[in-house]
Amino acid sequence: MNAQKPFIDIRHAKKSFGTLEVLKDINLQVDRGQIVAIIGPSGSGKSTLLRAINDLDPLSGGEIWLEDKQINMDLPHRQYERHINEVRQEIGMVFQHFNLFPHLKVRENVTLAPKMLKGLSDAEANALAEEQLTKVGMIERIDYYPSQLSGGQKQRVAIARALAMKPKVMLFDEATSALDPELVEEVNLVMKQLAEEHMTMIIVTHEMGFAESVCDRVLFMDQGVVVEEGPPEVIFRNPKSERTQNFLRKHLAGNQA
Amino acid sequence: MDYALMQRVFPFFLEAAWITIVLSVLTAILGLTCAMLGTAARLSRFRMLRFIGATYVSVFRGTPALIQLFILYFGGPQIGIQLDAFEAGVIGLGVNVGAYMTETMRGAIISVDKGQGEAARTLGMSKWQAMRNVILPQAMRLMIRPLGVNLNTLIKSTALVAAISVVELTYTAQRYIGSTYKPFEMFLIAGLLYMIIIYVVGLAVTWADRKARLN
Ligand SMILES: Nc1ncnc2c1ncn2[C@@H]1O[C@H](COP(=O)(O)OP(=O)(O)OP(=O)(O)O)[C@@H](O)[C@H]1O
Ligand SMILES: [Mg+2]
Repeated sequence: MNAQKPFIDIRHAKKSFGTLEVLKDINLQVDRGQIVAIIGPSGSGKSTLLRAINDLDPLSGGEIWLEDKQINMDLPHRQYERHINEVRQEIGMVFQHFNLFPHLKVRENVTLAPKMLKGLSDAEANALAEEQLTKVGMIERIDYYPSQLSGGQKQRVAIARALAMKPKVMLFDEATSALDPELVEEVNLVMKQLAEEHMTMIIVTHEMGFAESVCDRVLFMDQGVVVEEGPPEVIFRNPKSERTQNFLRKHLAGNQA
Repeated sequence: MDYALMQRVFPFFLEAAWITIVLSVLTAILGLTCAMLGTAARLSRFRMLRFIGATYVSVFRGTPALIQLFILYFGGPQIGIQLDAFEAGVIGLGVNVGAYMTETMRGAIISVDKGQGEAARTLGMSKWQAMRNVILPQAMRLMIRPLGVNLNTLIKSTALVAAISVVELTYTAQRYIGSTYKPFEMFLIAGLLYMIIIYVVGLAVTWADRKARLN
């Protein structure tokens, strides 16, 4: 095989909110099927980086590529909108607070975008919804409204909704942080299942155990820079940087307290 | 109290109440139309449109509706706008209430959780698709009640057009006072009829609100 470009390629990503520099020259390459965890203290820029990938928070500088397509291109407004809407269909995103559409039943939450954007018929979209909801174990709740679900169930539906667009990449921004502890596992299981299917994933998380068991690589971010990255056994067991050591020590202490 | 007189004039007040209702309905339709345009302008990505929307709202909320009516009806002919009193009433009040409704609609739209629009955009929807399918359906539920408040205010402010001699409820009351010298009775009838109109509209708003919340 010839030397391949990375599946996702983030080059010199910079982002400022006003005078606050949130991302300072971030570089990240992810191969197809790879699972990368991003850890780091609050405010370090993890969400901002993730949201930059599908341009919810556009970068101030740098480039983001998905395969051979640049995501954050410089285009006139109309063309850019068309471009970014196409790109976003290929990138699934899961939020900390689920963001299910409360006015729609579980079924319609999943079918809305595929019907609208991919021109699926009702029957096709229904079959798709049933398939995805079965996968996340939520098929029994297909005719419920989001308000009738637990947090863990909502998040599983949110994952099904993203998967229904058949994305090439899934981004998770603290998908389990808003959940009661006993509901975390059911969401983690779904994510593990995706990992087994070799879905390319970038996972922002505070759960070190989960990151260690699922991810191929871990990035430790602090104050807008990637301080250290490597395989989980190195980052969690033998971190080189003092900042990583401190963070993990504090985190562990916090979890045991 | 002169009940016999009240009974005698009551049918004429009913006719006037009908005018008040027609005036309210037309004004509400114009107001909602202005409000949709105003809201679109205020939420536009074009700075110029946002500016126009904000100016519309602050001008019409920042001056008395009565002055706006007077400028339109009495001042209009000076700049080539010839309207009869009823037309001036509908247009003047409609554009005025549209400014209040603009703020109601905009408020409802921006109070829909930001994550909703983000989730929709993340799936690949355009701004308009996200607005139409995700944000507006949720905003509609939030705006029914406050639009009901605007409607309530609007019905009461139709009384202002008596000042440009539209023969609605308030004007009718004043006219009968001129011939009967019984202001208490005449205003009482007018007030009662306003109350009934407002009560019925209030019920309709509550019903619509409950229905929207149920699904
Ligand atoms: N829209 C915004 N406007 C201004 N500042 C912002 C905005 N979004 C994020 N920030 C700031 O950018 C910094 C990084 O935020 P970010 O949400 O990326 O951190 P994070 O690593 O995800 O933290 P957490 O673990 O708490 O989620 C923070 O200081 C935050 O206050
Ligand atoms: Mg975050």
